[in-house]
Amino acid sequence: MKPDPKGVLTGSHQLTGNQACAEGALSAGCRFLGVYPVEPAIEVSERFLERAKAVDDATFVQMEDEISVLAAVLGASWTGKKAMTVTSGDGLSLMMEHLGLGVMLETPCVIVDVQRVGPGLGLPNRAAQGDIMQARWGSHGDYEIVALAPSSSQEMFDHMIGAFNISERFRVPVMVMADAYLAQQKETVVIPKPEAIELYPRRYYEGKPGTYLPFKRDGDYIPRMVDIGQGYKFHVTGLTHDDRGYPVMNEECQEYNVHPLVWKIRKYVDELVDVEENGIEDAEYVVISYGTTTRAANKAVEQARSKGVKIGHLKLNIIWPFPEKRVSEIAKKIKAFIVPEINFGQIVSEVERVCYGKANVVFVVHGDKGMEDPNDILVAIESVQKETQIKDGVLEYQGA
Amino acid sequence: MEAVKTTAAHEIHPMENVLRMDRIPHIWCPGCGIGIAVTAFAAALEKANIDLNKVAIVSGIGCTGRVAGYVKLDSFHTTHGRAIAFATGIKVASPDMKVVVFSGDGDLIAIGGNHFIHAARRNIDMLVVCVNNFIYAMTGGQVAPTTPLAAYATTCPFGCVEPPFNIPYLADSSGAVYVARWTALHVRRLTNSFVEALNKKGLSVVEVISPCAQYYSRINRLGDGLDMMRFYHDNSEIRHGEDTKNLDIGFQQKIIMGKFVDRERPSYTDRYQDWLKQRKVGM
Repeated sequence: MKPDPKGVLTGSHQLTGNQACAEGALSAGCRFLGVYPVEPAIEVSERFLERAKAVDDATFVQMEDEISVLAAVLGASWTGKKAMTVTSGDGLSLMMEHLGLGVMLETPCVIVDVQRVGPGLGLPNRAAQGDIMQARWGSHGDYEIVALAPSSSQEMFDHMIGAFNISERFRVPVMVMADAYLAQQKETVVIPKPEAIELYPRRYYEGKPGTYLPFKRDGDYIPRMVDIGQGYKFHVTGLTHDDRGYPVMNEECQEYNVHPLVWKIRKYVDELVDVEENGIEDAEYVVISYGTTTRAANKAVEQARSKGVKIGHLKLNIIWPFPEKRVSEIAKKIKAFIVPEINFGQIVSEVERVCYGKANVVFVVHGDKGMEDPNDILVAIESVQKETQIKDGVLEYQGA
Repeated sequence: MEAVKTTAAHEIHPMENVLRMDRIPHIWCPGCGIGIAVTAFAAALEKANIDLNKVAIVSGIGCTGRVAGYVKLDSFHTTHGRAIAFATGIKVASPDMKVVVFSGDGDLIAIGGNHFIHAARRNIDMLVVCVNNFIYAMTGGQVAPTTPLAAYATTCPFGCVEPPFNIPYLADSSGAVYVARWTALHVRRLTNSFVEALNKKGLSVVEVISPCAQYYSRINRLGDGLDMMRFYHDNSEIRHGEDTKNLDIGFQQKIIMGKFVDRERPSYTDRYQDWLKQRKVGM
């Protein structure tokens, strides 16, 4: 399916990450934005509203808090409009209630988290990657989630389209984990012609009213949707439910209708995994990066290679689900992974879990000092070369 | 119990059009007023002369939160207190839909209080039905923001020390365009209010005082459902147009009912559509 050309601002532009986010959303066919003002994400709403003048069916609402924002986004999604919200860490914390409802009602939507330093109010305009584990585990109960991590304005645009496509394909809320630096820096973004953009169309149930079962899983595990107002008169509930969407409170129903919330993603992990590999074939060491740390990692890998280190780079475009299989394969061939993050260690624990005993894992500690410094990563690479055997746990390097 | 199979036309339930008969029996206790409120609402849906394909109902959590599951409309059983927020998303994204929020006092006025006042302020085009049984019933009888002073609940074993909200006053002062209150005894008037509110543009609030013959009644020794209905019969008074400031409910004291507010104010959808037209002109 091709996008409505009105939403696609074809051409080459200088855009901040936030602006690219709004453009990506409109290109992807997003027609409902619900927000509560929070730095550093506000610019997305402003850009969306400015551009929405040209898009007939674009709707917007600023709610009274982030709790109600995601509730409104879920409601809007059931009307057939692609819906999203954009927030930062403190807003994301409030959204966790409805992230769970969105997962349970299998409602497509996109949540952009422009990460800032926390906890609490933290530093509203400084970048961090502190919400990575919250994105994965923030709501209660067992579920799987999809989270993307853009590293440039261009990727912000591209990932927004990808996020909506995944969300419609798997009927799951999808997170886009941006950060304050990405949000505020201007870069060239090339927006293709509408014909060159492929959108995944929502898969509708087309039978007669009275025959629709909201949670009946087809062969591919993903139930079909209908829109509000089409006469199906369906019911859905956040309680454990049967195929009809009626509450049924027993373990059998939990297993039959709720466990697939996990399996429907795990079954398609290979399809979802999205990594970029550079120089892995002959590498002895591999840097794993995601989001804006990729930019520092690129520089560090380049410098290390010029010094003769056999080093590769694995960039995660999708962080959840974590690419276990690929990381495990690489771990068997190399001596160590080097993982820089703008936090005190989140994805690094996934890396350690997957490659335990196969390779060393080095974490480049980067608390809240701001943008990642390539030199810190370089020092970590140099230090780990002195390790002669595989150590238990994560090795930490404080950088230069 | 085996389901009774009905084939003959005359055996079809008169409300089968608007109720999900495959979900009966419902979960509500004997003597509860929620079923009465639903019956009145179902009757109003048929009387209101509206396209039922274009009505969505959203409930929160609690005894009344289960209502959405029994009404044959596009229906959503959502999170505690957030039904209005969910419904706001539906209304903003799809202005053609008629949206109803059906929930309880704890859900709408405590955890959902913020959404309640802001929806009224924005004048979102929706009907909010608040069934007020003075207590958190589904969790077993805890004090609610509507529990009258001195009434007992499991979490106020010496009598309620918090003054309750006066729901019509809260709705009125927040900007609702239609505000009414009835008890579960006054079915005909309640039905009429639902019909009026369904056809009203803007945010309508209908409060339904309902007996909780289990948790509120037992701890306060008010008898069974019938006794509570008898109390409503003897102690309620209709005063249309009464100033909403005067509608506090004291423990086992007179309940003033009626239609208190019926006014015109541009709804959120009206203003949004105006803005859409203006932005077209401005381009």
